[in-house]
Amino acid sequence: MSAMKLTLHIWRQRHANDTGTFETHVVDANEHMSFLEMLDVLNQTLIEQKKEPVAFEHDCREGICGACSMVINGRPHGPLGGTTACQLHMRHFQNGDHIWVEPFRAKAFPVIRDLVVDRGSFDRIIQAGGFVSVNTGAAVDGNTIPIEKDLASQSMDAAACIGCGACVAACPNGSAMLFTAAKASHLGLLPQGEVENARRVQAMVHQHDKEGFGRCSNTYACEAECPKEISVSNIARLNRWYLKSSLTSNV
Amino acid sequence: MRKLGEAKVAELYGNLFEMYEKITGDNPYKTPMMIYPAIHYTMGGLWVDYNLETNIPGLFALGECNFSDHGANRLGASALMQGLADGYFVIPYTVGIFLSNEIRTPKFNPDGPEFKATEKAVDDRLKALMNVKGNESVENFHRRLGRIMWDYCGMARNAEGLNKALGLIRELREEFHKNVFVPGSDRDFNPELEKAYRVADFMEMGELMVMDALDRNESCGGHFREEYTVDNEALRNDEEYAYVAAWEWTDTNTPPTLHKEPLKFENVELKTRSYK
Repeated sequence: MSAMKLTLHIWRQRHANDTGTFETHVVDANEHMSFLEMLDVLNQTLIEQKKEPVAFEHDCREGICGACSMVINGRPHGPLGGTTACQLHMRHFQNGDHIWVEPFRAKAFPVIRDLVVDRGSFDRIIQAGGFVSVNTGAAVDGNTIPIEKDLASQSMDAAACIGCGACVAACPNGSAMLFTAAKASHLGLLPQGEVENARRVQAMVHQHDKEGFGRCSNTYACEAECPKEISVSNIARLNRWYLKSSLTSNV
Repeated sequence: MRKLGEAKVAELYGNLFEMYEKITGDNPYKTPMMIYPAIHYTMGGLWVDYNLETNIPGLFALGECNFSDHGANRLGASALMQGLADGYFVIPYTVGIFLSNEIRTPKFNPDGPEFKATEKAVDDRLKALMNVKGNESVENFHRRLGRIMWDYCGMARNAEGLNKALGLIRELREEFHKNVFVPGSDRDFNPELEKAYRVADFMEMGELMVMDALDRNESCGGHFREEYTVDNEALRNDEEYAYVAAWEWTDTNTPPTLHKEPLKFENVELKTRSYK
């Protein structure tokens, strides 16, 4: 197990209205640690020195919950493609490296503390999408609505979005179009979600704009940084649905 | 892999293989996977009735936090199963039953004495944790508790170890409330304080798990007592233990009360599950 000495330049900010600044710490790590485990080591050292640890979000630590959110050396979730910060291991860094760690920065993601940002705006976009009409009561037989494999796979791929917000952090406009498109697509592609599609698309896009996210200008930075490799073709689909529903919907 | 080929395996399990490669740095399509047994899940959860309502009226518990669907074993993908079943098929009907009786209840006054008392109780508990000002981190206590549980209340347990664990957890809990160090303030966003609050709960939870394991003198599903085996296989005792143990908490210093919910099987005959 090879040991590493790293210099971290890490963002410290007490609350949303604090100016915030980079703080430098040297941390002893090893190549097997994940990035978050390396931060755990730093925090443990800080606590032993009776200092306040760096606040960061984490939950599953297996790349499926979307809680960990940080910009590492200028890239959301760090240098590897298709990887969340918790799945980024230290063997991808060199002994003696300087690493810069910042929160996701976007107008619609105010900093709560250090690396923790408020992503409640994402929840409100999903809430705006509303319900999916399903008949409850006796369960419908699984084979009564045939869904072709291609369509099911496209919907599943969109559903892989973990709502981490890397797309927003990567976007020069701070747009959440990749997130909104993934959430709209995963429901709208299937026959069960088709019923409310027009209303859902209109409501989600309006909520997106209301939250202060920017407009999409097709830079594709979102797709490049998405840890779940969600395709920008979802945005194209959302644009088509939005145009179509603008002509037909009452909203 | 030999039978299906890499493409087919990738289609079926690609995400798991990718996850493995990210963690270990080995390509699982080429090198055998390194695996070892670990605890993934613990059985049990909050007691609920058939409407998924807990013993606190109006407090419903859905998904795997309740005890309702998993017995002595828990199988793969059950998190989805229970979340979906509770969310789609139970709660839409049963919450309404509770709410329909609440229609005449006037709006609560958040300045009322009950609210003030609860707020004060939570605040006192937070302040108590902040004011210990000891020398050991929350993380250390969490790890020490985890070690006790792993060593004595893990996949195989026995009465001697469980009794030892009871003493160790009580000592650790006492030490925690005398020597924990929580940095920062209780007025800021403070993840360490939240963690301390949880680890304090885990001490009680861990103790309860050990008590329950000690109380059940048989081997059943995830509960494997080393004293109760036949030819190294689990030996159940359906005469005495065919029940669900529901433990009622009173307070930290009083032992919990055991309520037995008998398991009655009308159409199946209880048999030994053998892996041989």
